Amino acid sequence: MVTDKLAAFGRLGLDIIASLGRSGRFLAGVLGGVSKPSVAFPLLLKQLYSIGVLSLAIIVVSGLFIGMVLGLQGYTILSDYGSEAAIGQMIALTLVRELGPVVTALLFAGRAGSALTAEIGLMKTTEQLSSMEMMGVDPLRRVIAPRLWAGFIAVPVLAAVFSVVGIWGGMLVGVEWLGVFEGSFWGNMQSSVSFTNDVLNGVIKSVVFGFVCTWIAVYQGYDCVPTSAGISSATTKTVVYSSLAVLGLDFVLTAVMFGDF
Amino acid sequence: METGMDTSPYIELRDVVFTRGDRRIFDGVSLNIPRGKITAIMGPSGTGKTTLLRLIGGQLRPDSGTITVAGENVPRLKRKALYRLREKMGMLFQSGALFTDLSVFENVAFPLRVHTSLPEDMIRDIVLMKLEAVGLRGARELMPAELSGGMTRRVALARAIALDPELIMYDEPFTGQDPIAMGVLIKLIRDLNSSMGLTSVMVSHDVQESLSICHYACIIADGQVIGDGKPEELKAHPSERVQQFLHGHPDGPVPFHYPAADAGRDWGIAGRAADGNG
Repeated sequence: MVTDKLAAFGRLGLDIIASLGRSGRFLAGVLGGVSKPSVAFPLLLKQLYSIGVLSLAIIVVSGLFIGMVLGLQGYTILSDYGSEAAIGQMIALTLVRELGPVVTALLFAGRAGSALTAEIGLMKTTEQLSSMEMMGVDPLRRVIAPRLWAGFIAVPVLAAVFSVVGIWGGMLVGVEWLGVFEGSFWGNMQSSVSFTNDVLNGVIKSVVFGFVCTWIAVYQGYDCVPTSAGISSATTKTVVYSSLAVLGLDFVLTAVMFGDF
Repeated sequence: METGMDTSPYIELRDVVFTRGDRRIFDGVSLNIPRGKITAIMGPSGTGKTTLLRLIGGQLRPDSGTITVAGENVPRLKRKALYRLREKMGMLFQSGALFTDLSVFENVAFPLRVHTSLPEDMIRDIVLMKLEAVGLRGARELMPAELSGGMTRRVALARAIALDPELIMYDEPFTGQDPIAMGVLIKLIRDLNSSMGLTSVMVSHDVQESLSICHYACIIADGQVIGDGKPEELKAHPSERVQQFLHGHPDGPVPFHYPAADAGRDWGIAGRAADGNG
């Protein structure tokens, strides 16, 4: 009995390692193959539109509401100490360092990552990827690479949009509604947000999250069991793994970036 | 590639062994597929007929054995050479496998756009010619979702011959087709083979349709070739298994019953356990 459980545990470990190995080889295959720019660029543009531009709506609306909530909460807490003028820097730091990259990546995984997995999984199930291979076209280059690069590019840009809209939403609530002095809102923000420490670190985070989320999404689609149950489980895995990876990595990155006391 | 007089087989399989998981799908299959002829590969469902096509196309690698296509050993080819070889192959998938985001016209134009640098008006002419050959020139603006099953396969066929391949592989071309669509496909397969000098490989379990058009047929079961030859030779084949498959007898060497435990034990009648699967 004990040996059975031990064996099952070992099997699980081997499966995980094999899967990591497969996804690593997959990534190397996608990034290693270079297509002609005249072919690759239109494909990349199309994907940037469908996973980047079409994600803008959810990013803008979520950014706005999160910024507004931050404004409200920040005002309630800070006004207890009479320091509601610091609301600008609080909102900006929260968004630029944490919520911008993290929430964008989570929304991206839900909106675009799941769609990528389902699309690629369905292409696999309906033999479109196979037929491409048989026509002498490498699906890794033709289908996967443009989607992967589009995700890498889109997530940092979306995170920047999220932070900007969030700060504007915080300003709407803090300044326009609750009456914090506009000069101290922006002035405190400017003096306390550092480009290298805060903005750049936030950008690094969003680049890492974009990389991980898109990698998980395209790999899950490409590796899925080609049945309807397989696609559904792959889509679920994309969202679950992406979310866990983003939150886990966020802690690690934060500890490395800001843990230096 | 070579002259029309070449009589060497276009595809040669020698002692091919292929296992998937714990299951041995092919256990030493050897097979010659003649050049310029229609070869039907038949066998019960689940015997790995589609797997055989994927082995020929290099999408899967055998555990051992050689697969030679047009003089090249497919499992040993490097990626680039394999992709170049595939430009000489066309494959018709069971589902058609059309790209759902492209129109009929663009589906057929896809291999031309990727592999050639022909000007747009020439691509248009070629695509229309290929669509005309399958009788769907008028359907060029439709999207794959608007096509019937038979039309989907015809578009896929037009796409498979877009680059004028030397070899075309059909994966279950007749499955799920109504009689008219089936008649159209049979005519197309026969006409394309003779007019383009193609080597055609057809995987199917539709015995009558396959035997009516093929020059050569081979039956695979349990990982091995159990019978092969010209259609008339096969019909007179002495093997009981071949006869059972060709005539669709429900019981015979391939048993009606899936292997099961003693029936007596299953129903709790211990005394009758020896009766087996009654």
